[in-house]
Amino acid sequence: KMQGVAASVSDTLGNIRPWLHKVTTQSKMTDSKYFTTTRKGEIFELKAELNSDRKDKRKEAVKKVIASMTVGKDVSTLFPDVVNCMQADNLELKKLVYLYLMNYAKTQPDKAIMAVNTFVRDCEDPNPLIRALAVRTIGCIRVDEITAYLCDPLRKCLKDEDPYVRKTAAVCVAKLHDIDPLLVEEQGFLDMLKDLLADSNPMVVANAVAAMTEIGESAQTEAAARMLTWSGHLVNKLLTALNECTEWGQVFILDAVANYTPSEENEAQSMIERVCPRLAHANAAVVLSAVKVIMKLLELLTPGSDFVQSTVKKLSAPLVTLLSSEHEIQYVALRNINLIVQKRPEILKHELKVFFVKYNDPIYVKLEKLDILIRLTSAANIANVLAELKEYATEVDVDFVRKAVRAIGRCAIKVESAAERCVSTLLDLIQTKVNYVVQEAIVVIKDIFRKYPNKYESVIGTLCENLDTLDEPEARASMIWIIGEYAERIDNADELLESFLDGFADEQTSVQLQLLTAVVKLFLKRPTDTQELVQRVLSLATQEADNPDLRDRGYIYWRLLSTDPAAAKQVVLAEKPLISEETDLLEPSLLGELVCHIGSLASVYHRPPSAFVDGRVAAQRKGLPSRAPTLAEATGAADAGAEVVPTDNAQNAKPAVSVIPTQDSLIGDLLDIDMSGGGGGSGITQQSAAPAVPSQSNAMDLLGDGLDSLLGLGGPAPQQPPQQQPAVGGGSGVDALADIFGGLSATPSAQAGFTPQLESWLPAQRGKGMQIDGRFLRRGAQLQMELQVRNNAMQQLSGFAIQFNKNSFGLAPAQPLSLNPLAPMQTATTLLPLHTKGQVQKMEPLLNLQVAVKNNIDVFYFSCLVPIHVLFTEEGGMDKRVFLSTWKDIPADSESQTSLGSYSHSPDSVSNLLQSCNVFTIARRSVDGIEMLYQSMKLCNGILVLAELKISGGAFTLSLKSRHAEVYSGVQESYLKILKSSN
Amino acid sequence: MIGGLFVYNHKGEVLISRVYRDDIGRNAVDAFRVNVIHARQQVRSPVNMIARTSFFHVKRSNIWLCAVSKKNLNAALVFQFLYKMLEVMGSYFGKINEENIKNNFVLIYELLDELLDYGYPQNTDTGVLKTFITQQGVKSQTKEETTKITNQVTGQIAWRREGIKYRRNELFLDVVESVNLLMSPQGQVLSAHVSGRVLMKSYLSGMPECKFGINDKVIVESRRAADSSSAAGATKSGHIAIDDCQFHQCVKLSKFDTEHAISFIPPDGEFELMRYRNTKDISLPFRVIPLVREIGRTKMEVKVVVKSNFKPSLLAQKVEVRIPTPLNTSGVQVICMKGKARYKASDNAIVWKIKRMGGMKEWQLSAEIDLLNATDKAKKWTRPPISMNFEVPFAASGFKVRYLKVFESKLNYSDHDVIKWVRYIGKSGLYETRC
Repeated sequence: KMQGVAASVSDTLGNIRPWLHKVTTQSKMTDSKYFTTTRKGEIFELKAELNSDRKDKRKEAVKKVIASMTVGKDVSTLFPDVVNCMQADNLELKKLVYLYLMNYAKTQPDKAIMAVNTFVRDCEDPNPLIRALAVRTIGCIRVDEITAYLCDPLRKCLKDEDPYVRKTAAVCVAKLHDIDPLLVEEQGFLDMLKDLLADSNPMVVANAVAAMTEIGESAQTEAAARMLTWSGHLVNKLLTALNECTEWGQVFILDAVANYTPSEENEAQSMIERVCPRLAHANAAVVLSAVKVIMKLLELLTPGSDFVQSTVKKLSAPLVTLLSSEHEIQYVALRNINLIVQKRPEILKHELKVFFVKYNDPIYVKLEKLDILIRLTSAANIANVLAELKEYATEVDVDFVRKAVRAIGRCAIKVESAAERCVSTLLDLIQTKVNYVVQEAIVVIKDIFRKYPNKYESVIGTLCENLDTLDEPEARASMIWIIGEYAERIDNADELLESFLDGFADEQTSVQLQLLTAVVKLFLKRPTDTQELVQRVLSLATQEADNPDLRDRGYIYWRLLSTDPAAAKQVVLAEKPLISEETDLLEPSLLGELVCHIGSLASVYHRPPSAFVDGRVAAQRKGLPSRAPTLAEATGAADAGAEVVPTDNAQNAKPAVSVIPTQDSLIGDLLDIDMSGGGGGSGITQQSAAPAVPSQSNAMDLLGDGLDSLLGLGGPAPQQPPQQQPAVGGGSGVDALADIFGGLSATPSAQAGFTPQLESWLPAQRGKGMQIDGRFLRRGAQLQMELQVRNNAMQQLSGFAIQFNKNSFGLAPAQPLSLNPLAPMQTATTLLPLHTKGQVQKMEPLLNLQVAVKNNIDVFYFSCLVPIHVLFTEEGGMDKRVFLSTWKDIPADSESQTSLGSYSHSPDSVSNLLQSCNVFTIARRSVDGIEMLYQSMKLCNGILVLAELKISGGAFTLSLKSRHAEVYSGVQESYLKILKSSN
Repeated sequence: MIGGLFVYNHKGEVLISRVYRDDIGRNAVDAFRVNVIHARQQVRSPVNMIARTSFFHVKRSNIWLCAVSKKNLNAALVFQFLYKMLEVMGSYFGKINEENIKNNFVLIYELLDELLDYGYPQNTDTGVLKTFITQQGVKSQTKEETTKITNQVTGQIAWRREGIKYRRNELFLDVVESVNLLMSPQGQVLSAHVSGRVLMKSYLSGMPECKFGINDKVIVESRRAADSSSAAGATKSGHIAIDDCQFHQCVKLSKFDTEHAISFIPPDGEFELMRYRNTKDISLPFRVIPLVREIGRTKMEVKVVVKSNFKPSLLAQKVEVRIPTPLNTSGVQVICMKGKARYKASDNAIVWKIKRMGGMKEWQLSAEIDLLNATDKAKKWTRPPISMNFEVPFAASGFKVRYLKVFESKLNYSDHDVIKWVRYIGKSGLYETRC
């Protein structure tokens, strides 16, 4: 029986229901008095009070001490007096004393030891609240002398009958591990912690999970790390416990589960099914952690399957709901949605409207919403988006308005059908004459020109009217680019550029570079009346500028113009590559890593944890698990990575890449290129693409003189080859280098490996009727020779035996050849296990193996080549740092590079394929569509070979480094065979 | 996890400082004060990194609450925890302000000791905390009492204690919806959604198991499919399509996911049972039609029509329309058909209040605004939207409670003995019309 109360709303709460909740503002005792400012002699007074006989007085005194401590006063001199109060049986007082101890014990270790006894005693107090308090506090006292006393009480508390004590003890293990990791391992606390995972109490389980996760991230020994990895069985149990945990416990468990990668699709699917209900939890952290787990597991499922689609559908509503939470949570959610939209755009593609900015949103929410809005823009919804953006462009916050203006430009580039509307909107905005709006509009219009050449140039006139108001480098550079690019249509282009030249020295480099290029463009288009101008800018750039980029570009132009103006035209006025629709996309590997950190700080900063967390934890990088992606996916991802810089540039940048530069420096390079291109794609970038023209015949006398004198003067500078980046990127050292090896996820599982074809070793005519075909195999660690023996003779063959000559790697049969007598026309196959402990003699060629096979007729000799990859041992993997230092140790001149041809393998499949032959991929990185795999292998005789496999648009290039150059050809041969085998 | 927690007053003085982890130094307290509270420019993010240390803050009135960490911790969890902490403090000593915090600092330290351990949030349920953290000093507890406490703090049903008894078993349900709207000047709905909350006050004895039924399409249909005996093809009307819902932690989520059943053992007293969001078929209670005309540089004319759009028998209350005026307004003349309208210079708005307004009514306000001759262009007026506040006695989403059944097998009261009350309230959220 429900009684609907449809009465008017004015019915106050009071008269129909009792109200339990009562606000309890305490007025009797005001603790604020403790916050009064310091007086002289206060410490002395406190000391006296702390030693008072009266309990209440002591308590008051301790409160005063804590208040002083809070406001930052040094009350450490009172340490012994406060510790004296510790024995009190008053729980409140005890807590305060403990609080004091935690703060000051470290500074007074010798005195802190006085407290140990009390702690140990409290750990055995009949009251579980006190036991827990003691074990909670003692773990926070980071004094070695005390830590030693901690083990026994902690061990007891971990097995305490009271769950409250156990849950506190579980966390204490993590505290202890932070102080002394080895002690925790030696004392067997990890096992005890693991036992707690099966505890009957959900909170104990949750805290044990939290502690294990934390310890796992900083485990010192491999044994510990192994013990703390999550098994499928364990994860299963945790997921069952989820519903019983507090909201926080659910977060701990989900975050822990996110670290586990199931091996099978089925398992991933059932995990998703069990995590999905969490999406309806009221706590945003639970929701985001569930999203993280699901996003990661989705990678393991067949894309496009019904299950994946229905799961993706389930994600959208909870994410949208997060946007009606408090602002701070909204912000965290939006930063994460930004990642999710990049990873799986389909999740929120229909939810455009929730990202419309509200007038009262805080600025950080507004800016994030705008970002996502643009990512979700498509031809279908562009009208709505554009109307919104127009609104935003009239707001007050400068950053927000700029971003909105920029967004309009991005819309134009993304949706061609709307470009015209966008341009006219931008022109309207320029008419407002609001300085920053105009500047931002000019920057984006430049991009629109590039995207749609010869379409909107009619607006140039309007743009030129605003020349004087531009005071920001980016806007100036953009305007200059426009003038240079369309010099032939702007009558007074020379005057305009000249006006900029006057203040050349004061401009920023980006503007100077742009100005230099623009003037050269102008000259090439209107050579007759601009000679003076071009000479002026060239001399400014080469003689008066300090910036090497600027000088170099100046010299290059000068030289080009003076030797071959036609080539100069080809270079400077070359066709520009199209600009991409999407900007600000994260690099795929970084995006993958950040998706594994959804909900965490990394996802808020959009930076990997290594960028802001100190210590060892940072070195471990997470990556999305891979489902052995198809070729199309792999190349798709690569395309997404290459935005600003066209592929040929990236290839030109290759020499730098091959020496494993740091990520930072490489990104720096790319940014430089982008900036100097200034959207024009002019300058250096095309320089390298243009054919070298040595011809001197049509040198322009105009410039010739100047050049000669110039070369005479500063000759060596421009002729010097560009400085190659040294193998080690400067002082940043191994640490920075090691970073780039992050992205690589766990080594892929062994797949159907590469099996070579049978080779003909002994033809029947030479073997008096015995024909032998064979090949070398490696099954696990066992090297084998497979022999297929066919009897083409008229009589039975029997009494087979085999022997090897001494060879380079000491190969020898591990057991006699077992082959039954063969009837005529019969074929038999046998596997002969080999070992490598035989006699060694260097052969020519290196991998030659001479074999003797005996049967009842005769002894036959043949020789075959052992493919080197069967000699690669399982120990070929190595730590990234070791790889790096080894790579550096081997002199650069012993590096060998070969092109392996083109194959359709994706980097993942190659890596897996090679892995099956014990070629270990140590690291992997992708730069603008070029995939680099860093691999290592170890031969059975201990020779190490390091390899760098570059995959660029399907073309594979292999660079090898080893102290024994003889093995190169064999390794190259094997790579070729392996790649071809399954292409 | 959380490395430390600081509370500051508006001047940046530290009121509470509790450090949980060794990597947070004393200077962290100062870093936040200098870089955020005393920052020259308004800080533009709730998360800030200063010297490789991350600071998360929320601000309530004049109080800054700040969590610190050097790890890559769960950011969503940190903010959820900070809100929870404000809630807990609020329920202990009322308003969060400097005076209350100073007065209760010992209590706060005690709470912080319990709420977080090594930076990991523990039990944060106010009801449970109040059983053993009190301001009256700790009573000497018997062994049974403490065991009861610890079991409850860590227990499976951490939100309810055993042995609750009421003479009269009673429960109250409030369906409170906030209606959000963003409308273009032309009357096109740019976005609209309802975020609803089901608030429950339960005064029930024992450990009652409750089942809650609503008219969500998905739930109703799955129910129907489950018991196929019920008449097929029953009217579909009266069901709404909820986009998403979230539940209090007492609700068994896995059961909801598989059976679409909302079942739970409620906490004692007041709590938020569920939150939901709806974007389809919202009946917008009001429509605002603005007409703004600028006459020259010193005069503006504003006409605003408000239409109520619900059953004439129902009555809306606390209706308020805020019409923003430019910053350089020098005088306003207002005429309105109903209610009172007044120009509030401090708010830069005309505030039009209507105490009650029946359904299907249409009222108008017109105003003339005199402007000072705008000299400085910098202070551009951006025409903020017209906003509305109201309360209506129905759920704009169409949300209906179908049943709430109570089962308590151990005690001798049945579902019929429980007195239940249901009420629907529709409130304005951000209800804005651009002009």
